[in-house]
Amino acid sequence: MEKIYELMPQLITAFGQTFYMGFFTLTISAGLGIPLGTLLYLIRPGSMFEHRKIYWILDSLVNIIRSFPFLILMIAIIPFTRLIVGTSLGTNAVIVPLSISAIPDFARLIEQIMLDVNRGVIEMAESCGATTFQIVTKVLYREARSGIANTVTIISVLFVSYSTIAGVIGGGGIGDFAIRYGYYRYQPEVMFFTVILIIMLVQIIQTTGRIISTALDKRV
Amino acid sequence: MIQLSNITKVFHTAGGVLTAVDNVSVHIEKGEIFAFIGFSGAGKSTLIRCINLLEKPDAGAVIVDNENLLELKKSELLKRRQKVGMIFQHYNLLQNATVFKNISFPLEIAGVPKKQRHERVMQCLETVHLTDKIKDYPVKLSGGQKQRVAIARAIVNEPKILLCDEPTSALDPQTTETILSYLKRINEAFGITIVIVTHEMSVARTICHRVGVMERGCLIETITINGDTEVPQSEFGKILFSGGGGI
Repeated sequence: MEKIYELMPQLITAFGQTFYMGFFTLTISAGLGIPLGTLLYLIRPGSMFEHRKIYWILDSLVNIIRSFPFLILMIAIIPFTRLIVGTSLGTNAVIVPLSISAIPDFARLIEQIMLDVNRGVIEMAESCGATTFQIVTKVLYREARSGIANTVTIISVLFVSYSTIAGVIGGGGIGDFAIRYGYYRYQPEVMFFTVILIIMLVQIIQTTGRIISTALDKRV
Repeated sequence: MIQLSNITKVFHTAGGVLTAVDNVSVHIEKGEIFAFIGFSGAGKSTLIRCINLLEKPDAGAVIVDNENLLELKKSELLKRRQKVGMIFQHYNLLQNATVFKNISFPLEIAGVPKKQRHERVMQCLETVHLTDKIKDYPVKLSGGQKQRVAIARAIVNEPKILLCDEPTSALDPQTTETILSYLKRINEAFGITIVIVTHEMSVARTICHRVGVMERGCLIETITINGDTEVPQSEFGKILFSGGGGI
């Protein structure tokens, strides 16, 4: 316990880094992933703006990025990361690969959630003279909102796990802390304690997510 | 009011080419209640969707108020649709919106200011006698109440035409009667032209002025309802009318 007490400042810094990375990763990946998922939904075969060629390209791109093991993706895009944040090391540098790996996850999940929205409601909106933008914002997002909240929860938990790997390029964060101070320095109690903290963090994310999603869902 | 001329609509399905609507022409008068009746797959739902171009016909003309909708630009078509209400068999209410929000939806789409929206929604809630349900979500309502909300929503933007696609097919006979009485009242009070698609002869008999009998995409006969004296000419019409109740 003493060792943990000694490491408290580093642990607090690590938590801070996790939240910092989490905030930016989720904002960026949701900001790009949700529109991309919406676009996939709108242009998929049989949908309102069917466009097979563009759908095929985007769909494949989403699959390819999702297939990449995160560690390899992170290293493969180092030149791009350097271009965006000016460096390939550190907390800011980690946000780039984390966001890129989360965008297609977001897109795919959002596309699937939108498919569950009743087609009849969309037809109703069309009969009222709604534009596509109005259908997306006033019908699709409203009817799918609890599913969207679920998606954010799922990606947040994935993020906690992936951010551990990001320690390799000096990202820091709570997972990196567990590996560096617990695993590499042979301090099993530190590792154990940190893992407990991570479990609690995931529990909190999951519970909060569920509460929000239930509150948003008026279908049952 | 509504002039459908030589409407044809073809679907290309995996099973081959399906002619859902085959060269149908009909004129529906202002203030009339007109029903398209026929068995499932007769093309009536496709035809009613041609009136607001939810389905774009492959051939023919859709003339509403002396204007061919097929010649309009997309933005103009959206404007016209705001003045054509529509109700559906499965109500199609927004599940995550209250009764109030559902009814005000078409006004939001049309960009009506908030204060006016509130006033109009309250009027329509009174018309369908649901003022006490204003804050409820659709999940709490019965089928009949859901359809009344849908009716309020369809008339909130003061349309000239109301399209009803199987409006009572998911409802029991008593509720059907209530819904039909609301439709009749709306027709009489506001002079809204109503087009109904149904497979229930009783619906047509209760409130319609004229009935168009459809079979395999064709309009085979138009019958004026005037008590018990109407005499269907087609074989199919005779089957429909002999049933008395539903089919």
